[in-house]
Amino acid sequence: MIQLIKKSYQWLDERFHLTPLIEFMRHKQVPVHKHSIWYYMGGVTLFLFIIQVFTGILLLLYYQPGVDSGYESVRFLMTKVSFGWLIRSIHSWSANLFIFFIFIHMFSTFFTRAYRKPRELSWLSGFFLLLLAMGFGFSGYLLPWNELAFFATKVGTDIAGAVPLIGEAIKIVLRGGEDVTGATLSRFYAFHVALIPALFTIVLGLHLLFIQRQGMHEPDYFENLPKEKKRTIPFFPNFLLRDALLWLLVLNILLYLAVFFPWELGEKADPFSSAPEGIRPEWYFMFMFQTLKLLPAHVLFIEGEVFGVLFFTVAALVWLLVPFWELKFSGKGKTRPMKIVGIVVILYIIALTILGYIL
Amino acid sequence: MKRRKFLDLLLGAGILGWLGSVLYPIISYLKPPAIPEANVNSIKAGTASSFPINSGQIIKFGRKPVILIKTEAGDFRAFSAICTHLDCIVQYRNDLKHIWCACHNGHYDLRGINIAGPPPRPLEEYKVNIVNDEIIVSRPEQVG
Repeated sequence: MIQLIKKSYQWLDERFHLTPLIEFMRHKQVPVHKHSIWYYMGGVTLFLFIIQVFTGILLLLYYQPGVDSGYESVRFLMTKVSFGWLIRSIHSWSANLFIFFIFIHMFSTFFTRAYRKPRELSWLSGFFLLLLAMGFGFSGYLLPWNELAFFATKVGTDIAGAVPLIGEAIKIVLRGGEDVTGATLSRFYAFHVALIPALFTIVLGLHLLFIQRQGMHEPDYFENLPKEKKRTIPFFPNFLLRDALLWLLVLNILLYLAVFFPWELGEKADPFSSAPEGIRPEWYFMFMFQTLKLLPAHVLFIEGEVFGVLFFTVAALVWLLVPFWELKFSGKGKTRPMKIVGIVVILYIIALTILGYIL
Repeated sequence: MKRRKFLDLLLGAGILGWLGSVLYPIISYLKPPAIPEANVNSIKAGTASSFPINSGQIIKFGRKPVILIKTEAGDFRAFSAICTHLDCIVQYRNDLKHIWCACHNGHYDLRGINIAGPPPRPLEEYKVNIVNDEIIVSRPEQVG
């Protein structure tokens, strides 16, 4: 067996020169310091993405998009298909953990200031991955065609319609018409299983390529250490094995959640019924949803929802461009201004999310 | 050099033209065609006597949802059921005795006027007539 593997490797190496790649991985070192734990967050996110791809393909085998078949096919999957409920539950829970770890990964990058030169493009590509992940969440949410998803999609696409000038066109293209109908479901299905995965794979490839090329970011104090005092471990196999251990842990948590808190299907959507009480979006949209809810009908001379959309668009742009406007140190011993920015952003998100659930 | 420039220009214009001829059909394809809407001017919505007092229900008006309400006083009112805030479908709250949208906690009074929460505009009012105990809801512009 080992002989066979060795032979195949030689066969491939002769043709594709694999040895330099293995050498590169073996020589790549990962710094060890008190903030090393954050190095693993991106890996966990990647792992959850892989789970999404696998469970997503499995769900595709039974799912039938359509107003008369979407809800029914998911119900069939959950009640009749062996382990159908489990696959769907894993897909839904994993989607949530996926977004959760993206946030952790992003904020850890922010607070360790790993976005600075030369890693600006890693930050930018990461931000686009976050947007795409939210697109995944938003489009996938509608597919079971249940009541909550129906109204969440109405609200979400109507928010897109509030964008000045091009909003109405975006809304119609997203919905496939004036209203949320079967046409919207077809489009969201195409976005969810074809368009977004394709874009995500490309941007993710770039994101990973950047990291492989530049290596791990070192915090300031670590970078200033003399070379002999810097502790590192090889990426392959040491770091990868630790990664694998954490993935196993996360997989266990995921399975625990999926089995003990199975994802519900809810009521089938009815375009001619009132929005149910307690309607709310997924938790990662909650802070935006709650902001829109709290805004008055008019802010200054513009409608509240337009103001909200403009506010979040500007905020997202500012966040996207963090590597290029970063506030610098002002004297020693003072708290770094960027730290305050980050804490304010996190507090805002947490406070409005909590408000969204209790109000 | 002049020849080079001319060729560059030709090539550039060719590429632009090609891009346009590729993108235009794609963008047009993304825009869904307008589906002609059956011109509904009025609908029958059941009998007035069997409609419970202090309640509301959503009725289909062509492809649009309309909320039909019987007030405590026994009057009928009808409004577009689409919340002017973010497109949710409103409901009648018999405890508050007015119209409410669950999505973002918007409130409208019994004339359809936005009175609290984020809605920026009133609901469009529909005309209700009772003919031989039958409720007839009609488009606002068709009235008169």
